[in-house]
Amino acid sequence: MSTPIIDARGLRKTYSVRGRGKDAPRTVEAVKGVDITVAAGEIVGFLGPNGAGKTTTLRMLTTLLDPSGGTATVNGHDLAKDPVGVRRSIGYVAQMGTTDPSAVAGEELVDQARLYGIDRGVAAERGKALLSGLDLDGIWERKCGTLSGGQRRRLDIAMGLIHEPTIVFLDEPSTGLDPQSRANLWEHIRRVRDDFDTTVFITTHYMDEADALSDRLLVIDHGEIVGAGTSDELKRSVGGDQVLLTASSADAAAALAAAATEVLGDVPHEIDGDVVRLTVPDGASALPTLLREMGSGHDVAGVEVRRPTLDDVFLTMTGRSLRDEEA
Amino acid sequence: MTIARDTWIVFSRAMRLSLRQPVWVVFGLLQPILYLALFGPLLETIADTRAFGEDVDAWQIFVPGLLVQLGLFGASFVGFGLIAEWRAGVIERMRVTPASRASLLLGRVLRDVIVLLVQGTMLVLVALLFGLRAPWWAMVAGVATVALLGACFASLSYGVALTLKSEDSFAPLLNGVALPLLLLSGILLPMSLAPQWLETLSNLNPLKHVVDGVRAMFRGDLTDPVALWGVGITVALVAFGLAIGTRVFRRESA
Ligand SMILES: Nc1ncnc2c1ncn2[C@@H]1O[C@H](COP(=O)(O)OP(=O)(O)OP(=O)(O)O)[C@@H](O)[C@H]1O
Ligand SMILES: [Mg+2]
Repeated sequence: MSTPIIDARGLRKTYSVRGRGKDAPRTVEAVKGVDITVAAGEIVGFLGPNGAGKTTTLRMLTTLLDPSGGTATVNGHDLAKDPVGVRRSIGYVAQMGTTDPSAVAGEELVDQARLYGIDRGVAAERGKALLSGLDLDGIWERKCGTLSGGQRRRLDIAMGLIHEPTIVFLDEPSTGLDPQSRANLWEHIRRVRDDFDTTVFITTHYMDEADALSDRLLVIDHGEIVGAGTSDELKRSVGGDQVLLTASSADAAAALAAAATEVLGDVPHEIDGDVVRLTVPDGASALPTLLREMGSGHDVAGVEVRRPTLDDVFLTMTGRSLRDEEA
Repeated sequence: MTIARDTWIVFSRAMRLSLRQPVWVVFGLLQPILYLALFGPLLETIADTRAFGEDVDAWQIFVPGLLVQLGLFGASFVGFGLIAEWRAGVIERMRVTPASRASLLLGRVLRDVIVLLVQGTMLVLVALLFGLRAPWWAMVAGVATVALLGACFASLSYGVALTLKSEDSFAPLLNGVALPLLLLSGILLPMSLAPQWLETLSNLNPLKHVVDGVRAMFRGDLTDPVALWGVGITVALVAFGLAIGTRVFRRESA
């Protein structure tokens, strides 16, 4: 990799939390020394459950929060020594929104651009093009508070892109978007990258989003990076797809398993009651072969293909499910 | 100067948002008139106590008081708006831009100062209609005092609001500070009526000296040490307020 555009070493953040009642003041290690390397023009998905430390990491990389330890350069500017240089290089879309409900959308965009030294006219032109790219035509004159949740979220994204930053940090940009808006957003982000070679660092809870959008994923849990790679690599590390065959009875399951492994080769499998669970690299293509080749001698009551989910990736990487909040 | 340009951008945005609130505009302009119309009739009777001295016109006493009160109360509440902005993510959004962090404060303070200048001018003009007599330069100085106090208290208000980030703790704190400041300033009644301990206490209140200073000027006495002392304290208050405010805005994660 050529010189990374984001290069963080041992970035750490400890919050002190005021104790209540008899509890002594304690500290929360939100981010425990992460190394992050991102190449220019990459779209990196930053994946992790609630409270993993995604927002905290982003706030450090965007100069909003002083790290408790570690160093980082963003677009060649050191976070501690040249925060203004960092700010000039980045756009940031915060998780919690960015606009004043009583402000007019177009004016917020223009004012934001002006804070980056962009001329009013250029900003207006760019802002309108951006809104139209995000399917927000016609909201230029609207007050932000009158927009729907999803419209307002897309306006946040426009606010973060108005100055055409070299790097954009998006903190859960698709929260509250309907499936179509979400697909549209992905497309837009990809187009921004393709047209301007913008580096995109995007946090999400959703595997499908990370899958559809990112070149590479970083998985964070409890403040530590627990996995990194392309989405295929991560899924492969989980062991591929699962094909579930339900036999007519628990007794028939063993025979069914034997027949299946005969067709597919010696793939990992397990039997759970009347269900045979086979792990294969590509479930969608394995299933037709399986059903054809096993012949009619076997009474299969049900079939299902399960693709690995973020949950599975997570389970493998951390030994716990994504949904187990706070052990 | 980039800080001047950034301040201007922040100011014009803040001003535009304020002007777009019709209720705010109307009450902002009405407020000084209300003070005079609903409070003025009381003044003339109170002034009969002669507590302020011989030959003093009631309006010369009370208009300076109202001006200082306007500077204090007109500016102290601006922090509430900032908490709302912070909650909406506006502050954070501006803090990731290269804009100077002081300008994020100064632009907003400038908006408040301009508003107070307009309100202060209105108050003096209406007071003239009611019968105020004072040298023109004293009235200019009075309005300038409103603006300067406004800069001080707006800046402090923003600084405290951004530190607390909660209306529920900001409101009691504000009441707890602003009310004693007001009561101990002799704005409503002369402090010479007070028992000794109260007068001593009020001498510790910088606003009392500001009010006394403006009153001296309204009597036409610019070289009175009381007037100069008032000007000095006003300037010191502005420096103090802006220093605290900028400090908070410069701090990380504010
Ligand atoms: N200001 C703060 N003071 C104390 N603790 C904090 C603060 N901000 C975050 N934390 C804690 O730090 C941890 C990481 O929080 P962070 O917001 O980075 O998580 P996240 O990955 O963005 O989660 P989510 O998906 O819910 O947005 C959490 O345990 C959180 O409670
Ligand atoms: Mg978060």
